[in-house]
Amino acid sequence: MIAAKISQFYNFLHNAPPKQKIFFGLGLGVALEVAFLNFHDSMVFWFVAYGFVTSVLLFLVLTNIFKKSLSSFFFVLPALAIFSIFYIYPFFKVLQLSHHAWDGISPKMLFVGLGNFREILQDRIWWVSMRNAGYITLVALTLQNVLALSLALACDRQIRAKNFFRVIFFIPPVLSEVVVGLIWRWIYDGDYGLLNHTLGLIGAQDLARSWLSDPKTALTCVAIIHSWKGFGWGFMILLAGLQTIPRELYEAARVDGANVWQTFRNVTIPLMIPVFVLVMILTILGSMQVFVLILSMTGGGPGYHTEVPVTRILASMQGSSMFGYACAQGISFGLILMMVSFVQMGISRKLKQA
Amino acid sequence: MKKTILVALLGVLAFGLVMAGCGTGQGPASTGKKIMVWHWMTDREEAFEELARRYEAQTGVKVVFELYAPSDAYSQKVRAAAQARALPDIFGLLGEKRDFAAFIKAGHIASLTEAMNASGAAWKGMLFEKALAVNEFKADNPFGVDAGIYGVPIDVMNIQMLYNKKLLRKAGINQAPATWSEFVDACAKLKAAGIQGLVSGWGEIWMIDCLASNFAFNIMGPEKVFATFRGEVPYSDPDWIAVFNLFKEMAEQGMLANGIVTMVNKTAEQNFANERSAFAFNGSWCVNVYHGMNPELEYGVMLPPKVNVRNNAYIWGGAGSSLLVNDRSLVKDDAIAFLKWLTDTEQQAYLSETTRNLPSNRKVVGKLPEVLSEFAKGTDNVTHPNVWPVNELPKVIERFDKGIQSVIIGEKTPERLGAELTALKKEEMAKK
Repeated sequence: MIAAKISQFYNFLHNAPPKQKIFFGLGLGVALEVAFLNFHDSMVFWFVAYGFVTSVLLFLVLTNIFKKSLSSFFFVLPALAIFSIFYIYPFFKVLQLSHHAWDGISPKMLFVGLGNFREILQDRIWWVSMRNAGYITLVALTLQNVLALSLALACDRQIRAKNFFRVIFFIPPVLSEVVVGLIWRWIYDGDYGLLNHTLGLIGAQDLARSWLSDPKTALTCVAIIHSWKGFGWGFMILLAGLQTIPRELYEAARVDGANVWQTFRNVTIPLMIPVFVLVMILTILGSMQVFVLILSMTGGGPGYHTEVPVTRILASMQGSSMFGYACAQGISFGLILMMVSFVQMGISRKLKQA
Repeated sequence: MKKTILVALLGVLAFGLVMAGCGTGQGPASTGKKIMVWHWMTDREEAFEELARRYEAQTGVKVVFELYAPSDAYSQKVRAAAQARALPDIFGLLGEKRDFAAFIKAGHIASLTEAMNASGAAWKGMLFEKALAVNEFKADNPFGVDAGIYGVPIDVMNIQMLYNKKLLRKAGINQAPATWSEFVDACAKLKAAGIQGLVSGWGEIWMIDCLASNFAFNIMGPEKVFATFRGEVPYSDPDWIAVFNLFKEMAEQGMLANGIVTMVNKTAEQNFANERSAFAFNGSWCVNVYHGMNPELEYGVMLPPKVNVRNNAYIWGGAGSSLLVNDRSLVKDDAIAFLKWLTDTEQQAYLSETTRNLPSNRKVVGKLPEVLSEFAKGTDNVTHPNVWPVNELPKVIERFDKGIQSVIIGEKTPERLGAELTALKKEEMAKK
């Protein structure tokens, strides 16, 4: 009886329209925040909030388990416990810290309510870093994915040594980001760099410059290397997607007189939309969080020209010892990424329907 | 017969074992005590391990040095360990004085005042005063820490300018510049000879901060700099604009190495060691680094050129690396005893000789190599943010350093930077 009721409630939530789900999620978030602002010092609140979220997780597991057998629940319990301790608890801890001014060491924390979040809204450098990450993402979405798709299309055909090329194209992603950053730093070097040397050889020495120290080129240079480093993932996923398209569809299109472009537009693209969406979401999430490459190539400079949100979070935490503010930046950044992903998924749903 | 031989052999074996047991060993028997030390100093790993072996042989106390590098990763590890109350018996701390104070107030660092002052302050008297000052909190410190000494300097450092003797000769410069105008002239001659001027790791913004504050102290004197930190003098003051203008001049006159604003110090060190630039701005630790990169490098040490010749030249310096004792350590007294031993003359001489760093023990100074002695001459000009009565706010420091990068790349004028910093300072002061 209880199992049926739980299942019924779960199905109601599961089948709710997307807008209702968003409202429900926002309502839950606002309720949690209001409760948090009022009862932040109460251990009871923390116990209840942590217990509530863990219970929701338990509920989701149980509704699926009831469909099978209760004994299965015990097999899931260890994973559930690990998830609760290592994901839910840290989330609450970060949420708690984001509402405090704390240096990361002192035993006392000062509650500042939404002060850290208000400061983020006024922090010009934070938004500059968001814009820089957006630019890197834009370059990755275009350059990186176009390159990945072109190479995937090439390797999907019957060409010689295609396995060799597959391996070659997948080398950049498996290289350490620090190593890639340092190698490219040398290539871009203003005095002894390979790029300037090559420009000199072809008579274009006027274009030579300190690529990573010039505010006009630093961010683009980093974005290009990020795309070079990351295209292999897109290549592999797109290639796998291309190989799932039945060959008969291409043959049918050819019989109907379709040329290469028409086949690509009317067969490949529609069937690849779910894969494109996946690659785009992964590209956005990966590019917005770019970090190691920046540290090894420019350290965020010159000025703030290559600062990205993660380097700002690190600067708040380590450089300024503002742990609370850094946590608030982390939560804000996470929310922005979630929103971007939701929008992306909404667009993909619409595209699929079309 | 066989039985007799077997008994005789067993007898010899037993006698040998008994004699071995009675024999006097090289050191005392192990006390079973173990001191754990965390550090980030990759260049001193072998020397530390050798000293740990010597200490165990002398006292029977085992000392384990654990290295965590790079320094950023080390800092994170120490903070995480402090939060988890899992710090080792001895550790180093990288950061500003306020971080040091936070660790003390949280009960992570033991006061060494009593040990330092014991036996007529023998330990304290053995160490350089300026190196100790970095680890000391005065009675009226702004952090609210109980007055006392909380760390032991194991070496001394200062940050000065270096010049390549060969490159200067090549450009027709016979003497290292002492004033700003001489420095500008020297760079012009170097440029004419196709040699780059100054190189430094200004991608690590604290190094810009260091040189800028050296110039500021020289131009306006320490009191006015501190008044700025207290919010009494704006950054738009002509003296501050003069400081920013020096960087503008260096950039415009082509006195700086290419790509200096994003260059990390390691790259800058390679640049100078490979004789690509004639001047470098670097700390005394560079002696060991340059020796590793180019043992033939012919260079000298000079103070940053004076802009205001009537005032003193100032450089950052004091304790290079300090070690602290965990107040919650179960072997606290042994840890203090080990640090006392480590800073004794013999061990300091060994560390100085093998790692080419300035020792914190004043009795060792006479045995230094030439370049290190030149660094040691700058000790009278040393100052350090950790001994200043007031420090600038972290956000302002970052904007100050990044702003100078912007001046160097021609993105901002000194006046604009001054105005921006003044506005930011007001905002940050209002928050307090």
